[in-house]
Amino acid sequence: MSGMIEKLLIVGIVLGGALFIASGLIWLERRLLGLWQDRYGPNRVGPFGTFQVVADMIKVFTKEDWVPPFADKAVFVIAPAVIVATILMPFAVIPFAPALQVIDLNVGLLFFLAMSALGVYSVTLAGWSSASKYSLLGGLRAAAQMLSYEVFMGLSLVGVVLLSGSFSLGRIVEAQQGLWFCIPQFFGLVVFVIAGVAETHRLPFDLPEAESELVAGFHSEYSGMKFGMFFVGEYLGVTLISAMITTLFFGGWMGPFLPPAVWFLIKTFFFICFFILLRASLPRPRYDQLMALGWKVMLPLSLMNIVITGGILLARG
Amino acid sequence: MISIIRTIWKVFLHQFRKRVTIQYPEERASLAPRWRGRIILSRDPDGGERCVACYLCAAACPVDCISLQATEDENGRRYPEFFRINFSRCIFCGFCEEACPTYAIQLTPDFEMAEYNRRNLVYEKEDLLISGPGKYPEYNFYRIAGLAISGKDKGEAENESAPVDVKGLMP
Ligand code: SF4
Ligand code: SF4
Repeated sequence: MSGMIEKLLIVGIVLGGALFIASGLIWLERRLLGLWQDRYGPNRVGPFGTFQVVADMIKVFTKEDWVPPFADKAVFVIAPAVIVATILMPFAVIPFAPALQVIDLNVGLLFFLAMSALGVYSVTLAGWSSASKYSLLGGLRAAAQMLSYEVFMGLSLVGVVLLSGSFSLGRIVEAQQGLWFCIPQFFGLVVFVIAGVAETHRLPFDLPEAESELVAGFHSEYSGMKFGMFFVGEYLGVTLISAMITTLFFGGWMGPFLPPAVWFLIKTFFFICFFILLRASLPRPRYDQLMALGWKVMLPLSLMNIVITGGILLARG
Repeated sequence: MISIIRTIWKVFLHQFRKRVTIQYPEERASLAPRWRGRIILSRDPDGGERCVACYLCAAACPVDCISLQATEDENGRRYPEFFRINFSRCIFCGFCEEACPTYAIQLTPDFEMAEYNRRNLVYEKEDLLISGPGKYPEYNFYRIAGLAISGKDKGEAENESAPVDVKGLMP
């Protein structure tokens, strides 16, 4: 019984923490973008503008929640919920600290990949059910982009699995005791980060949205909290990918002096900031460039990574 | 590839730069003296209205936001009976100032004209007319122009010689 309560507590902490960080990112991203573009960003509401998040929430909740008459109603309503659900699920398998993990599945890594693959449905269905050409184009792009980057994302992690000999995220972290995987798996890391950006369709790979050409891509027709859900989903995605980079390549909760959970948060925060820096600095590639990069560079790179890692492991016996 | 990393690094370095934002209500941008903002009607150094109601500004205005009505006082000085600028249409191009032969209409470095009610953006003559000469402190149109008004006949203006007697034979 007490084990049950403990589990529920952990679920609460993880869920609350993830949502809190995701909403905090709304503020953080705007401030950091401001910093890197020589301006301030929101700094009026509350200390350092942190209450801007609250103001934004009040605003988004009180906006008219409108479903276009030509839309496919049921799918249109479900799509935003799907993205949040599929992105929240993998948080269950991430080891934030040795004891702070909802469940240590022995196929944790596969669970993460499966769930982030399901996220494609949300974006594609949102684009399709909106019955507007811009949304459809955005949805199509999302399908193609996320499916192809899914491939390299999976392949880039094979090296990690080979080195640690396990799909369980807890075991993968423990396997990095001596050396973080970011060094032996450097190419895996590069491919994973790029695939992660594409997977969360963040700038520079936000072609499904592409506000300069497709209005707002797959969520052009969304308003109110449904639109808000896509945003929360995007920020949750950033948090998730950063947490995964930390877990898989940077030793998870490991680090000297500070408690494990703090180390995990520091590392994750660093990668979140890196994601925002990418957004601040890089322009969006053309659609065919994105695809060419994926299939002509990322795929061979990740395959090579597998071959070399496997070869070295075999040679070492 | 290298260029992408260099871009990221250069953007990263921007966090050590000074921010260019001017935090408006507390800090203010310094406006140039010739900044084109709120329009005023000025007076000449003697305190008389400079505007001679010639309609040139209204004709020059590309958005037709100036309307006025000319009239004449007992001294023979023309002045506008009413002078109205609709600032909800004005584009602050400054053409009226360029067109004005008497330096009466002038644009000033002030932009804080926001109103809650659109109607309040229509400025009447009493809103526009100021008590001073504005940007041209010495200029007095009637002291320079050759026009006769009461107290100054033809030939009495500055730098003006007496009118030639067209019927006389003397040079
Ligand atoms: S500034 Fe331009 S638009 Fe405004 S009143 Fe003068 S001429 Fe018209
Ligand atoms: S403001 Fe100047 S241009 Fe306009 S009517 Fe008066 S004198 Fe003429």
